Amino acid sequence: MKKRQKRLLLVAGGLAGVAVVAGLVLNAFRDNLVFFYTPSDIVAEIVPMERTFRIGGLVEDGSVHRAEDGVTVHFRVTDTAVAVPVVYHGILPNLFREGQGVVAVGSLEDGGVFRASQVMARHDETYMPPEAAEAIKRAQREQARTVGHADGGY
Amino acid sequence: MVAELGLFALILALLLALAQGTLPLIGAARGDVALMAVGRSAAYGQLFFMALAYAALTYAFVTDDFSIAYVANHSNTLLPTQYKVSGVWGGHEGSLLLWVLILSFWSAAVATFSRSLPREVLARVLGVMGLIAIGFIGFTLFTSSPFERLLPAALEGRDLNPMLQDPGLIIHPPMLYMGYVGFSVAFAFAIAALIGGRLDAAWARWSRPWTAVAWAFLTIGIGLGSWWAYYVLGWGGWWFWDPVENASFMPWLMGTALLHSLAVTEKRGGFKNWTVMLAIMTFSLVLLAAFLVRSGVLTSVHAFAVDPDRGLYLLLFMAVVVAGSLTLFAWRAGKVGLGGGFGLVSRESALLTNNVLLAVSGAAVLLGTLYPLFLDAFGLGKISVGPPYFEAVFLPLMLPLLLLLGFGPRLRWKQDSPTEQLWRLRWIFVASLAFGMIWPLFVGNWSFLAGIGAFLGLWIIGSSLKDLVERLLPRAGSRQTLGTRAKRLGRSYVGMQFAHIGVALVVIGITFVLGYDDERDVRMAVGETVEVGGYGFRLDTLERVQGPNFVADQATVAVFRDGQRITTLQPQMREYFSQDQPMAHTSLHRGFFRDLYVNMGEPLPGNAWVMRVYYKPYMNWVWAGVILMGLGGFLAATDRRYRVRVRREEDLPDAVGDSSSKTSAAPV
Repeated sequence: MKKRQKRLLLVAGGLAGVAVVAGLVLNAFRDNLVFFYTPSDIVAEIVPMERTFRIGGLVEDGSVHRAEDGVTVHFRVTDTAVAVPVVYHGILPNLFREGQGVVAVGSLEDGGVFRASQVMARHDETYMPPEAAEAIKRAQREQARTVGHADGGY
Repeated sequence: MVAELGLFALILALLLALAQGTLPLIGAARGDVALMAVGRSAAYGQLFFMALAYAALTYAFVTDDFSIAYVANHSNTLLPTQYKVSGVWGGHEGSLLLWVLILSFWSAAVATFSRSLPREVLARVLGVMGLIAIGFIGFTLFTSSPFERLLPAALEGRDLNPMLQDPGLIIHPPMLYMGYVGFSVAFAFAIAALIGGRLDAAWARWSRPWTAVAWAFLTIGIGLGSWWAYYVLGWGGWWFWDPVENASFMPWLMGTALLHSLAVTEKRGGFKNWTVMLAIMTFSLVLLAAFLVRSGVLTSVHAFAVDPDRGLYLLLFMAVVVAGSLTLFAWRAGKVGLGGGFGLVSRESALLTNNVLLAVSGAAVLLGTLYPLFLDAFGLGKISVGPPYFEAVFLPLMLPLLLLLGFGPRLRWKQDSPTEQLWRLRWIFVASLAFGMIWPLFVGNWSFLAGIGAFLGLWIIGSSLKDLVERLLPRAGSRQTLGTRAKRLGRSYVGMQFAHIGVALVVIGITFVLGYDDERDVRMAVGETVEVGGYGFRLDTLERVQGPNFVADQATVAVFRDGQRITTLQPQMREYFSQDQPMAHTSLHRGFFRDLYVNMGEPLPGNAWVMRVYYKPYMNWVWAGVILMGLGGFLAATDRRYRVRVRREEDLPDAVGDSSSKTSAAPV
């Protein structure tokens, strides 16, 4: 009897431990999911404030300029439909270029400026970050649809 | 010519793998000695032809044979020779060839070092290794041949990715693959045991040194990758919870669990099913890692060119291996029987807790790595799971594991008194807690994380050293000399203590660098000084320099502390002739208590650059810890008892009710 009780205790303890850990893991998981939005999503205001997320698109031509301190950079990310202003403090990746794909992690500030904590560009010459490609694809699909609607009106 | 030779050798290796994967297994089933003996010869032959294929590709690299597409894509006439040689594994096809070469190397190593194994067991192990080899050589031949010709031949190669032109990368992939593929041996032993229905302590003893060696290689391989990322990527980070890093970390966690579970199986005959399960899971995670990196589902530095066929092949291969081995497990595992019982507080229960924690950590990493991929694959949205998740999960899981680490190795098998052990360690506990809480104050403001890290590190080191000293001090009435006592410790035990102290160093290093690193992205003009982490960095000159296959902007930065010059750092921004991408080359000053790190960003008007300046305290403790862990693994694998042939089965503590606590002091 004593042995059985002990074993029961062990199993119960183990299960309780696993349950606690599972809860912990899932909770941390839910809190730390980083969603992806396109510039169009941001303009459409379906993006949560005060939460970290990723945006992707192309660095708009002629939009990159440095602040006086030399370290803060402003640029705009576009999905070819709309563009969102981004501010980043730090060194940009070596392959960050105007007209090229880019993905940034950060959050939206009041006034619709995206403050990036991390900026990622392609890591070789032939490659476009998939999320940048996705943003452009979605925007173009959206445009095609609206254009289609407009056509239907005539 | 050399490409055709290589391809031909690869085909012959596949044929030999076919022989190795079938005949010995049939022989073992029928008791046919001749067929069983095929395994060893086929393994040697396969290694020979793989080496030939590999040598052919290396030759093509060294002689700049740009009529081979792979060489043209990954080399260049200006590339220094050592990078031509390492460039062989600079891309998907070549690195896969290296992978297969290492697989045949492990097969041949088993054939060589397992002469003491019963004939049937060796035949089955080599047979399973042969089956795995069929999968991988087939993958190379049918989807990713490095010997494809390029017509017309290129005049000049596209060059190796500059990020890969680094000494760290020369050794990172071979080490990592030695580890990954090494776990196929543990897997083969487990499957062989399931087929034979003989899952006993002898099996665990054969399997253990192989597992330890594979684990040690994987540890060092991951450490090298991290070390490389730290100074080549120039982000000052060394672990990003990037899916590819996770891909290597999951088999490491499972492999670590396996290593500990094997201890129970060997010493006490327990946890057999669990051990087999872990061996299967570890190898499955290795296959998952191969899939993640080589299928193109991930994008990272490691992800190779996208080709859906490759992903599909690997997915199918993984499915066959996992489904096959789990079916076998379900069918046979019931027959292997249970080990001896054990008490609530015992070495077994400590190792069980270790296993549960490691397995849960592995599962948490798996969730964070695969969930975004699943969502993406089914078109349910794009999300990512960042470092905060992994940190939030890992810290609470590692805390009990590390506390246990200072305590568990001292517990007796079967049954121990918790109060007695804790009482013996009370001073170590109090001292490490006190010093641990004070230590961070010498580095900066007090940080909870660093305090906990220092406490846990000191606790592990303290209890390990106490255990070592107790074993080395003369016992009452014993006339053994210190030398004899040192010898009696056994390499297995010393290796374990090395690895555990290594863990402690890694923990201290990680928590300190997380707590106190200082990063500054600043504009620096010539003559200007910035202050980071108590050090002054002064930009002295900017100049243009020429390398073998690049030109670079080079900054000369003098580093001061309290008015005294410490060192001069020379980071560069390189432009390789063959690529249009510039590449920052970090300059580091390493030290016992801190690294200083300068990286160039972009030129600014007015003779200035954006620079990234880092102060990284205790960074080298992490690398030292990893090296110590690896050494520990190698040392443990060379223990005398693995070399002695097990003559009598009774020598091994197989079934239930064996001789109890007399053997309890034996090392794990």
